[in-house]
Amino acid sequence: MYQTNQYEGMIAETVSMKGHKGDAINAYVARPLGAGPFPGMVVIHHAPGWDEWYRECTRRFAHHGYVAISPNLYFRDGHGTAEDVGAKVRAGGGVPDDQVLGDLDGANKLLRSLPYVSGKVGVFGTCSGGRHGFLAACKNKNYDALVECWGGGVVMKPEELTPKRPVAAIDYTKDLPCPMIGLFGNDDKSPSPEQVNLHEAELKKQGKNYEFHRYDGAGHGFFYYDRPAYRQEQAVDGWKKVLAFCEKNLK
Amino acid sequence: MCTMITHQAKIYGRGKSGQEWIDLKEANVSYDHPYGMPLEHALNIDFVDESKGPGARVAVELSVEAARQLVQTILAVLAEADHQGVLEDKHQAAAR
Repeated sequence: MYQTNQYEGMIAETVSMKGHKGDAINAYVARPLGAGPFPGMVVIHHAPGWDEWYRECTRRFAHHGYVAISPNLYFRDGHGTAEDVGAKVRAGGGVPDDQVLGDLDGANKLLRSLPYVSGKVGVFGTCSGGRHGFLAACKNKNYDALVECWGGGVVMKPEELTPKRPVAAIDYTKDLPCPMIGLFGNDDKSPSPEQVNLHEAELKKQGKNYEFHRYDGAGHGFFYYDRPAYRQEQAVDGWKKVLAFCEKNLK
Repeated sequence: MCTMITHQAKIYGRGKSGQEWIDLKEANVSYDHPYGMPLEHALNIDFVDESKGPGARVAVELSVEAARQLVQTILAVLAEADHQGVLEDKHQAAAR
């Protein structure tokens, strides 16, 4: 917890990094000033795009002592405002899972190569990014903690699978190598409370280290202060739980 | 919830983007998170020219009820114009 007589500073900037298949993409990195070592955090943006909320989220993790990186998962789809690029990706049905996992792996490796990053790296994702985070943790197997916020599409029926989203993430639960925290709104439609039940049941069945927090009076995306879904009380409590979980598992 | 429910129609049209009129060649219709509407989901129509990059876009976001009303209104107007014998196809319009 920050004390008022403590020195504090951070640097935040856009960088270039190697993503899927070695492609150069850009990313936003924020880190505390100092030699560290600091744990790392990969921040995954949601389907609507690589927008300002994720920059602020990246800086928030830096403020709390993490070297955080948010890769632009839509880099290959051109440049413009985050909304315009997000709308283009939306029209194409999203980005392929393999490409996202490759980009996240690149972000993880970049963090682990930095001299001021400790040996621990977490992953945080919201909405579609929650699903991507769960998949990355299970398949890339190079994370020490997973924060999944209302991951839509972790539970999917076979008829809902597409060439870009060819797998139901829940099927990889047995491979989850790290502790996870999940935050969900009970008024959400995706994931619905029933889907969250299935998600939790599978984690329990596989003997995984997890904690789920479900909020009444909240739906999808209740952290987004710029959207009508924002719920102040639930968001404040949710952030406290996320940061406590990260403190316990990454520091 | 990111529904990923999206369809595309090839179109012939123009739209005003800022102070400029731009060619519009595709209409991307989705039911998903809107950017501007204070709703969790909306019927979104992005009129775009894909060949000009992500910024060549005229965006409309509608409530479900508004979208249904708009569809019915468009069809009613076209039916009336057809009844009056004044409909013209894009080739006729382009020739002018």
